[in-house]
Amino acid sequence: MTVNDNGITSTSINGNAIEFQSICKRFGSTLANDKVSFAVKAGEVHAIVGENGAGKTTLMRILYGLHKPDSGTIYVRGKEARIESPKDAIALGIGMVQQHFALIKRFTVAENIILGQEGSKFYISREKGNKLIAELSRSFDLSVDPEARIEELSVGEQQRVELLKVLYRKADIIILDEPTAVLTPQEIESLYATIERMKASGKTIIFITHKLKEVFRVADTITVMRGGRSIATMSVAEVTPQELSELIIGKELRVRGEQRVEPKNTEALVVENLVVLGERGNEVLKGLNLVLKENELLGIAGVEGNGQTELVEALCGLRRAVNGRIMLFGHELTGTPPWLLRSKGIAHIPEDRLSSGMIDEFTVYENLILGYQTEFSRAGLLQKNEIMNETAKLMDEYDIRPRDLEVKMKNLSGGNQQKVVIARELRKNPKVLIANQPTRGLDVGAALFVHNKLLEAKSKGSVLLISSDLDEIMELSDRIAVIYEGRIVGEFDKKDKVEDIGSAMLGGKGEYA
Amino acid sequence: MIDISIIILSTLRRSTPLIFASLGAVYSERSGVVNIGLEGIMLVGAFVSVIASNAFGLLPGILLAVVAGMAVAALHGMATITFKANQIVSGVAINLFGMGITAFIPEALMGMTDIRALNSAPLLAGLTPLVYVAIALIPVSHFLLFHTVLGLRLRSVGENPASADSLGINVSTMRYLGVVLSGALAALGGAYLALEQGGGFTKNMVAGRGFIALAAMIFGNWTPFGALGASLLFGFSDSIQTVIQTMGYTIPSQAIQALPYILTIIVLVVAVKRVRMPEADGKPYLR
Ligand SMILES: Nc1ncnc2c1ncn2[C@@H]1O[C@H](COP(=O)(O)OP(=O)(O)OP(=O)(O)O)[C@@H](O)[C@H]1O
Ligand SMILES: [Mg+2]
Repeated sequence: MTVNDNGITSTSINGNAIEFQSICKRFGSTLANDKVSFAVKAGEVHAIVGENGAGKTTLMRILYGLHKPDSGTIYVRGKEARIESPKDAIALGIGMVQQHFALIKRFTVAENIILGQEGSKFYISREKGNKLIAELSRSFDLSVDPEARIEELSVGEQQRVELLKVLYRKADIIILDEPTAVLTPQEIESLYATIERMKASGKTIIFITHKLKEVFRVADTITVMRGGRSIATMSVAEVTPQELSELIIGKELRVRGEQRVEPKNTEALVVENLVVLGERGNEVLKGLNLVLKENELLGIAGVEGNGQTELVEALCGLRRAVNGRIMLFGHELTGTPPWLLRSKGIAHIPEDRLSSGMIDEFTVYENLILGYQTEFSRAGLLQKNEIMNETAKLMDEYDIRPRDLEVKMKNLSGGNQQKVVIARELRKNPKVLIANQPTRGLDVGAALFVHNKLLEAKSKGSVLLISSDLDEIMELSDRIAVIYEGRIVGEFDKKDKVEDIGSAMLGGKGEYA
Repeated sequence: MIDISIIILSTLRRSTPLIFASLGAVYSERSGVVNIGLEGIMLVGAFVSVIASNAFGLLPGILLAVVAGMAVAALHGMATITFKANQIVSGVAINLFGMGITAFIPEALMGMTDIRALNSAPLLAGLTPLVYVAIALIPVSHFLLFHTVLGLRLRSVGENPASADSLGINVSTMRYLGVVLSGALAALGGAYLALEQGGGFTKNMVAGRGFIALAAMIFGNWTPFGALGASLLFGFSDSIQTVIQTMGYTIPSQAIQALPYILTIIVLVVAVKRVRMPEADGKPYLR
């Protein structure tokens, strides 16, 4: 038995850190949690997996006091707990890193970490806070500059801040909701190391993910959720990846469409010597060259931050090219505004759906026709019937749940929001699809479905796939181009070794994790 | 030749109501609540300060004005924080309420439009005490907002209430605090106008200063010192207009009187690019 500084007693390894008993939560007509019952043992890494919309986030938000359950009981360290707000959860030693980070962009790292537990009643001493944070980052090997503002940090660094927030509050039950979805492979490795370290210091970790590889890598125990229910809890040793994926989607995983169309020789999209500036006026793309053939799926592999975002923005007309050309089937497109590019057949799945893929206060049907309103209007009036028919069709095809045409986008689970964006962009059979991290946040079944859709899009046009998931790139691409510091530094095909690609991603230096 | 010290004193006097109200706006908007009801609250403050000081003396009069301002602001808080109403709509309602009630009571119940203040404040080096209070509140507020626990929490709910909430901070409490403080300060501005500048209450005497104070807050980038600087600028343009009038140019007086308002528009156009408002300013928070 150990007692931490909050005076919280954590029971020995065999006790339960958390026990859910018959938790129910309904949102309107959706039963998000339906009699969820399972236990998380103290000191283990407990993975929760399940389809998009299975109710994982909802359950964790209940545990952290952000939602009130309609019924059911939560036991924390064997005692019935009343968790009315995050304050109660924090007092019980529970910490949570949410699916969408909850950081204050304009505040410094230190301010974000100490907020709510400033360590004094009145005056805030910067030095004292910085020292505390420095110690904490050292002991968990999470380096960040306490004085930096959040908006200056990369996603990976921001996540470290979220972890430090939790550790600063001396939480010993730590919830991580899809922590790896937005990280680069290197950052994922260092997150694993942090998880190991937290576990070694006696903490209990609840880890939500869609990547089965990760489950087998870090978890001790797995709980599968489906349709709001917890359907199984087992130890990792008891199950194979194949069995697990079937448990998750409730049926056999459909195999990938293997009949692939061979790329033609026509050049669909040509990028010549493209130079683009970043936010600070520095050259981010330094003369990038690229050819995408008709019926080709070209994968762009690279460590995040080497110009991928800027390349995509330039191709979509969202960022000005200071030099170079972009050509579509021999016609110059450089400088064309986004709306015109769309009508010329360029579609775009953005990497950050929340900020550039959707309007969260709009309904699903409004989001599905965004940018294509004119197609559904006559004399300036939207034709609701046509829109609804199309929406119903797309929701069926893409399995968007709950199947409610008028549900607000913000009330969909993360994965279902992503499906809406993809459905809209693919609907018109684009000539060139630019897919930036298209399976981010999708469950195994949905990711496979999207992979098949990308292959289908390639058979009707061509696809530029940008992904930090090298497995995804290797599986789908006809050809792989590696981007490094604003240039394409190498071209590979499937037969090449992953190690070689990985090494090119690091500029030919060093080992790729 | 115009005496510089006259212009300085006049600038300080004319700036004072703006300093109070724009500082109030800083508190409210830093907590995430837009309070365009400042104009109405200033009117209420002015009115109550005259009535109450005539009855109970100067200091109790000012205190009661502050209490009244806080009460009206709390109404705005209730509408926008507890019931999540649109902040602009509620602010407009507060303004209409302030203008209405301060016009109605004197005319309908007391049968007069102007109420003279019977007590007047002592002068210290040519200025009344509230001028010093206004200026002293600037560094105090800066310290409070940027170096204390309370300030950090207040700003956090104006930037990202979901984040603050997830760290156990009560978003509503912090926002009420910001709004009620803005009410207290706006009422002080009104009381100053009535007691120390106008010598009494006249209908609609605030004359748009509540809105100019909002512009000062924006131009001052939502900071106390910025609000002070911008208020002084507006106060200066206001006192210059009197000077121009006394110099005997044949500019129509309406054009000169419009000077502060024109300056407001120019300032706002200039300011948009270099200021940054709190991220969640104006947005109700629903968990
Ligand atoms: N605030 C809300 N209002 C209405 N419905 C909601 C709300 N939050 C979640 N839901 C619904 O509850 C269900 C469960 O959502 P939840 O976010 O828990 O899923 P999830 O398992 O985390 O999925 P994902 O893997 O896609 O993140 C979904 O159908 C979702 O649409
Ligand atoms: Mg989720």
